[in-house]
Amino acid sequence: MENLGLIFAPLFSYKLLIVLFFGTIFGLILGVLPGLGPTTGGALILPFTMTLDPLSAIVLLTAIYCAGTYGGAITAILINTPGTPAAAATCLDGYPLAQKGEAGRALGMATVSSVIGGIASVIVLIFFAPLLANLAYEFGQPEYFALAIFGLTMLASIGEGSPIKNLIAGAFGILISTVGKDFMTSIDRFTFGINELTEGIGFIPVVVGLFAISEMLTQSTLINQIFNRVALKAVKLPSIDDYKKTWKTIIRSSGIGSFIGVLPAEGGTVASLIGYAEAKRWSKKPEDFGKGSIEGIAGAEAANNAATGGAMVPTLALGIPGSATTAVILTGLIIHGVRPGPDLFREQPEFLYGIFGSMLIANILFFVLGFFGAKIFARITLVPNKLLWPMIFAVSVCGTYSLNQSIIDVWLMLLFGVIGFFMRRYGFSVVPVIIGLILGELVEGTLRQSLVIFDGNWLMFLQRPIALTFFVLSLIALSFPLIKRKKKNDKV
Amino acid sequence: MNDVHNEKGTNKSLSLFFKSSFIVSALIILISSILLYFTFTFDIVPPILNRGIQPATFPKALLILIIALTLLTYFISLKNPWKNEKKLPNSFYITLLSFVVFITVSKFLDFFLGIALISIIVSYFWGERRVAYLIIVSIIFPLIVFVFFETILGLRFPPGIITNLYYG
Repeated sequence: MENLGLIFAPLFSYKLLIVLFFGTIFGLILGVLPGLGPTTGGALILPFTMTLDPLSAIVLLTAIYCAGTYGGAITAILINTPGTPAAAATCLDGYPLAQKGEAGRALGMATVSSVIGGIASVIVLIFFAPLLANLAYEFGQPEYFALAIFGLTMLASIGEGSPIKNLIAGAFGILISTVGKDFMTSIDRFTFGINELTEGIGFIPVVVGLFAISEMLTQSTLINQIFNRVALKAVKLPSIDDYKKTWKTIIRSSGIGSFIGVLPAEGGTVASLIGYAEAKRWSKKPEDFGKGSIEGIAGAEAANNAATGGAMVPTLALGIPGSATTAVILTGLIIHGVRPGPDLFREQPEFLYGIFGSMLIANILFFVLGFFGAKIFARITLVPNKLLWPMIFAVSVCGTYSLNQSIIDVWLMLLFGVIGFFMRRYGFSVVPVIIGLILGELVEGTLRQSLVIFDGNWLMFLQRPIALTFFVLSLIALSFPLIKRKKKNDKV
Repeated sequence: MNDVHNEKGTNKSLSLFFKSSFIVSALIILISSILLYFTFTFDIVPPILNRGIQPATFPKALLILIIALTLLTYFISLKNPWKNEKKLPNSFYITLLSFVVFITVSKFLDFFLGIALISIIVSYFWGERRVAYLIIVSIIFPLIVFVFFETILGLRFPPGIITNLYYG
């Protein structure tokens, strides 16, 4: 707690403020453009962060994360297309309200609830992450293995879409991480005689391929789609009456979002859906939902932005990403030589609290920029896809090439783009692949090192209380979708 | 009557093979099986040097898990069929083909030329007909990106007919 004062440090650094400002603007642009978003944008900007110091680089990525999550609401409300998957639930009431001529009111509520959700989650991050990091001091290799397994099984229970498909995608992600020289024995695995593959498959080609290139292929199937835009005069601050209607929803959704964010899964997307469903369940007028309910907008937007701070908790405290975008941030940390985990809290508090403070400022910045600039940002969606996507392709190719100066990385990016397109087409989410890829080395490494410690006795895992707890939680996480399905069938 | 029944039954069982759930599951299992075969070709660490498990064990376990889960998802799809996907339009295949063009041109001619070509193909076939915009997308923008990466990040692009001119 003695480090709390460090939160305000970014306010006194003009360099960080400039980075925050541009990160927020860039995040808003990415959030507004359907198909892009903070994950793809973060991955594309990773090579550029090499020109910055580690703190500025991570501050830039987190600003993109916070602002990008909010930016999706602008497109959701004005053109009924979520700028980011996390804004899908916002369309349900945002667009109908905009059609009634109240686009300004809808955007005002989305902005205010996003900021409150975002700030609440940063407060959770500030207090909860150090506690979790302290707990992690007790962790050895077996505990980290059990924790990583728990993280992966959570994909089944709270990820979007089919639980089994999410598990397949997660296993595929881990499989990708096994390509290259085995880290314990230096034996080649799945390299097929290609020298470039001995170092393994990098994170950037996979993430840019799965998100940006697969989205380009998706957009190629939608070139004749016409968007109906609602005109926006100005963003309006919510009225006292609107606050009275929504304050409970905003608080509830902020809590839901922060909690969901902490769990490794699809972060904001799932949080907003649950936040929206809970807002409807507790509403005095549930019949208004889907017809332009202000509570619906508040419920979804507070939750998805609250997931941003929540998802940073395991990322910083344990090195386990809470969402796809935090997986990009985690990669950014590793590229810059920062190892997340308990030691980071002890050795570099100024770095961590600088991130916390920057996230708070980013939330305030996107409030101001969103409030006064939503009209301008909405105009970005007027850039036609036939011009936008070739440009994104050029940046994707150069960005992917730049990290290792490897043409194989570019080809891999294209391959993963095609794989990602077909995965999404047949109902497989690509997010578990990213989480699997980032956790893969941890899962295999800790498993093998644990087995060395245990002299090959698998049952020894069960003699470690913390590991056992995580295994039990994993079983619960795996059985949760079955219970949910059974309950649904019973209802029918 | 019986014949009609049989014929209908045959069509029904045949149509099963054309369902996306069958094709996708079969493809995943096929690729996983091929990869599983490759895991048997990995070098084996002698027992005296082996710490924990063999390097092939973990990928093997993952592939078996993927195959098992795919079978499970396929059997579930028999009860709850996947939604039918629309046929892919020509613009998709052209975009996919442009990736092949990019790979070929960037490998054998020039990286920058590959980006310029894919940009013009995609933009044109997605409906852009204005020459000025096609030039912006295929030449001016990639040039800006190229120079930006080259100067800011100190990146050296692979040699090629145009890149060599730039590097002199």
